[in-house]
Amino acid sequence: MSKLWNTQVSRRRLLGGAAAGGAALPMLHELVPHRALHGSATDAEAAIEHQRAGHRGSGHLGATGRVDARRNGFDPQAMLRDFDEGTVRGGVREWEIVAQDREIEVAPGVKYAAWTYNGRVPGPTLRAKEGERLRVRFTNGSSHPHTMHFHGVHRDVMDGVPGVGPGNIAPGEATIYEFDATPFGLHHYHCHSTPLAEHIAKGLYGMFVIDPAKGRPQADELVMVMNGFDTNFDRSNEVYAVNTVAFAYMDEPIRVTRGELVRIYLVNILEYDLVNSFHLHANFFDYYPTGTRLEPRDFTDTVLQGQGERGILEVRFPYAGKYMFHAHVSEFAELGWMGFFEVTE
Amino acid sequence: MEAATATRRRPLWLTALAPVAVLAVAIGLFVALDAPGLDRIGVPQEELVVERTVLRPGEIELNLRNDGADPVQVRQAIVNDGFVSFEQSDQEIGRLASSEVRIQYPWIEGQAYEVILLTATGVTVDHAIDAATETPGADVGFYGLMALIGLYVGVIPVAIGMLWLPWVRSVDPKWMRFLLAFTVGLLTFLGIDALLEGTELAGEGAQALGGATLVWVGAVAAYLGLTGVDGWLRARRGTPAGESGTGERAAFLVALGIGLHNLGEGLAIGSAYAIGSLALGAALVVGFALHNTTEGLAIVAPVARDRRPRARTLILLGLLAGAPAILGAWIGASAFNPSLAALLFGVGAGAIAQVVVQIARQLRERDGGRLEPLSAGGLVLGLVVMYTTGLLISV
Repeated sequence: MSKLWNTQVSRRRLLGGAAAGGAALPMLHELVPHRALHGSATDAEAAIEHQRAGHRGSGHLGATGRVDARRNGFDPQAMLRDFDEGTVRGGVREWEIVAQDREIEVAPGVKYAAWTYNGRVPGPTLRAKEGERLRVRFTNGSSHPHTMHFHGVHRDVMDGVPGVGPGNIAPGEATIYEFDATPFGLHHYHCHSTPLAEHIAKGLYGMFVIDPAKGRPQADELVMVMNGFDTNFDRSNEVYAVNTVAFAYMDEPIRVTRGELVRIYLVNILEYDLVNSFHLHANFFDYYPTGTRLEPRDFTDTVLQGQGERGILEVRFPYAGKYMFHAHVSEFAELGWMGFFEVTE
Repeated sequence: MEAATATRRRPLWLTALAPVAVLAVAIGLFVALDAPGLDRIGVPQEELVVERTVLRPGEIELNLRNDGADPVQVRQAIVNDGFVSFEQSDQEIGRLASSEVRIQYPWIEGQAYEVILLTATGVTVDHAIDAATETPGADVGFYGLMALIGLYVGVIPVAIGMLWLPWVRSVDPKWMRFLLAFTVGLLTFLGIDALLEGTELAGEGAQALGGATLVWVGAVAAYLGLTGVDGWLRARRGTPAGESGTGERAAFLVALGIGLHNLGEGLAIGSAYAIGSLALGAALVVGFALHNTTEGLAIVAPVARDRRPRARTLILLGLLAGAPAILGAWIGASAFNPSLAALLFGVGAGAIAQVVVQIARQLRERDGGRLEPLSAGGLVLGLVVMYTTGLLISV
């Protein structure tokens, strides 16, 4: 018997979730083998279930040791579901952002002299609703000039590029970026000082989510910023990751609930490599490029993103267990961009 | 008056030690005060050299030496674009210190690998493995094989070359001079070869340990050491300095010089075998045999005019010249260290230079203070023969 389908309760809960997800119900019918839907596991599955009890933690190729999240000041686990909605004052949604130089640990024992927004890489995930007026108070506490350049629609002086509007913000200086939240979708912000690639690669970037006016269906929402680090300054990355710390979700899988809608906000901010990708094992997802349309463009298990590209993934896990996800640029996977979902009841 | 007497009575060695004591105190204070007035600029200089690579099934071991000015902490290892599990003998490698890193990796025979060590500061240390092959274990069979190779390339060719003795003894004095000149030519070639090979090896080793300086220090030390041995032998037998003396002594020095050279050759063969880059086979052995047979001639040439040399002496001379190849092969295959090898090559070169000077002196005496055309021809021929037979060898 498959654990997934053996009680009426879990089936009802799953169907409820699927209905909320709209297009997801037919998807599940495509996805899950008919036999599984109606109860019995395959003989091979049964045999593996039997073996599993005896074997645990077979070694994988990966980094040696663990990264100390406390010393880093940010935890990739907490970062997954950490959305910063700022504070609304007089009808304007406001954030305080400070650029800081900070040494972070990007792989166990490997330190990197990062430039950060609010002491973390990636910077805070700023979240607003379509049409709101937004105000970002930016202070440069770093020892280098920086800016904040938001993707979105706004006037040139609010674009955060050198030479236009406030331009480069010198160390110790501050400025205010003010614009409207439009269009809805998944965007990002990053420093635009020159040399551009270096200012981005050192960690000055973050996710910028604008929810559609009517909102999106209820889901377990996850932030995933695909990044990398050039630790030896040869303009190619030594370490790859999602949310900065190599193999963070290998060592501690992302816990999600079986049947529940999971929405992944996926941004590729990688420098020095042209493309990055996201591949989910043993499952398929709906893909909304840039999140600017409410209909998925694709139903797939692998998406490719160029530099600065992003999109929203929606998926339900039909079975409990551990499911891998990683860049299907396999070289990135083994250099840190690899993790697990742990699906529980 | 009393003070002056006291000064005179103070032991001389104490006076010599005084500056050393002051220096020790000064250094102690300087270190304790953390170099007052001197602030470091720039970032730590992290440099590691891979001195030796050992491949076992499922494991790559690198022997590292810190070649930079600052301690190095290896924190991650990457093989062919993937992080891999590893263990290390030291969390931090001090300046000039050595350390081992053992990487768990399912390497495949014959494939090339790029190993990158990532330090705590993000510096990368690259090491290429051109063709992975299992490093031979240090068991009896392995030592036996290395002994056999040393025998083939060192002892046997030298012994065969010494069979020229009866011919050399009966040859016309004019041609004897030619033979001595020929010997000088081939020894000169070996000396140049040792210097160049040593310099090349020194480039692979830790530069902080001296690099190519090691080769020259080794050469000069060996030259001076052998000159001292020569002087001691002369003094013992009452031969006045400046006179060539017996051929047996010259033969001993030639054999010693060649022996040190063959030690280096054995090292090169052994280390090449250990990393799988040695094409073991007939061509290698034949090449070395031809190359080294002439060394046997060089040993017997100086004793040609002596009363009949004893067989025991000849055997010992042959072993002195040839057997170090076996020792070299053992060291080269089991504990190779490029800096040590460079030093040994330098020692070989210095020893050969000393021998060249010895034989050249004999030659000059026989030539009457001039370099006869025949001798010059022999010298050049010696160089050419060594160069030509050297083409047959590639280690």
